Amino acid sequence: MIDWGLIAESLPAYWRGLQISLLLMLICVSASFVLSVPLAFARVSANPWLSKPVFLYTYVFRGTPLLVQLYMIYFGLAQFEWLRESAAWPLFRNAWFCAWLAFALNSTAYTTEILAGALRQTPNGEVEAARSLGMSTATIYRRILLPSAVRRALPQYGNELVMVMHATSIASAVTIVELTRTARDVYYNNLAPVEAFGLVAVFYFAITFTLVGLVKLLERRFLRHLQPKSADPAAARA
Amino acid sequence: MLHGYLPAILDGLRSTLLVSAVSLAIACVFGLIGASAKLSASRMANILVDAYTTLIRGLPELVLLLLIFYGGQIMINKLADRAGLGYIDINPFIAGTMTLGFIFGAYLTETFRGAILAIPRGQMEAGLAYGMTRVQVLRRITFPQMIRHAIPGFTNNWLVMIKATALLSIIGLDDMVHRANLASAATRQPFTFYATIAVIYLAVTTVSILGLGWLERRFSLGVRKAEL
Repeated sequence: MIDWGLIAESLPAYWRGLQISLLLMLICVSASFVLSVPLAFARVSANPWLSKPVFLYTYVFRGTPLLVQLYMIYFGLAQFEWLRESAAWPLFRNAWFCAWLAFALNSTAYTTEILAGALRQTPNGEVEAARSLGMSTATIYRRILLPSAVRRALPQYGNELVMVMHATSIASAVTIVELTRTARDVYYNNLAPVEAFGLVAVFYFAITFTLVGLVKLLERRFLRHLQPKSADPAAARA
Repeated sequence: MLHGYLPAILDGLRSTLLVSAVSLAIACVFGLIGASAKLSASRMANILVDAYTTLIRGLPELVLLLLIFYGGQIMINKLADRAGLGYIDINPFIAGTMTLGFIFGAYLTETFRGAILAIPRGQMEAGLAYGMTRVQVLRRITFPQMIRHAIPGFTNNWLVMIKATALLSIIGLDDMVHRANLASAATRQPFTFYATIAVIYLAVTTVSILGLGWLERRFSLGVRKAEL
């Protein structure tokens, strides 16, 4: 029924695909985290010249399919001659750069909204108290708003991490040999769909639940004050 | 306009919308079955639905799509072979709608479950006490209120699903993305066509947000919001 020989034989290829998928995820997630912090500040700003453009950006990137965004960057930009003749062309010809750009821009849009939502939930009293203590706006952002917003955003951010992990499978459409492309190659070479895609499913499953577990650990550390209290005083002391 | 490819693209939009609508119908069926199984007292049903929703959330849509499209193809033909039937071809439309319906059914299971739990139990009990049958309670009391609670989650799932249909072009469905691929190859103007379909997707999601927002307000008439 299941060809275990084929699975054992293709495991090294999957292992390489796993590393590529994880690397892709890592560079996208770090870029989107760095970008989304200032964008979220702009998004919640009272100044419409700051908040409206960011809203437009997140709306467009959240309202269109990631696959189309990737195609626009990887296949689409070649249409412009000025770009083909510019110094940046070697970058835009590279599938890795295009996938990174598309996934990072897409994930930044979602992360910005998550973070902006968490920022808006800050109790007004905290900001007033900070201001009455004479903190500057920059200090308030650094000491009061950002630390509590990042904590509040953690559960949703965990979902976003899983989404980015799953989105990296779309990179298989632009020649990057990550996990899904590996599975598709194994399938095309052996016509064994259950083995090829079943094995890759096991890999994705393992990564997803590792990620979920890591986020749970972070939540236990940073959202400790929100944990349900135990009724048993002995357990509470421990 | 668009070198005469606009009608072809709009034709692709029709197939994108059709796939989305059929997938949504299938997802609603899976979601309702899942939600009732999750709320039922049967332990077996609870475990099965938990396995279903966990499995779906752990895998990328594209992988499930490939697994069901190629795996299902071979599985069905093995069965057909044994039954003495000829070669059966699963087309991308059937595989796509089944898979998307199956995936988003898992998410709708959670949405519907939450919506049912949001209705005070006393109302269903009161209905039964008045002598209504279970079906009448469902139709007159549970269902109308459930829709109100389910709309926000439903909207999110619908938006994610429309965008997920773009992946069906990878297994060969002749949708809007596929049409844009063909037009780009013929005219060598890929950016123009991908940007065009991006704008169309954006228009579809905008109309959906507005329409479902209206529906939510319609179903929430008579519900007072806390004024902050």
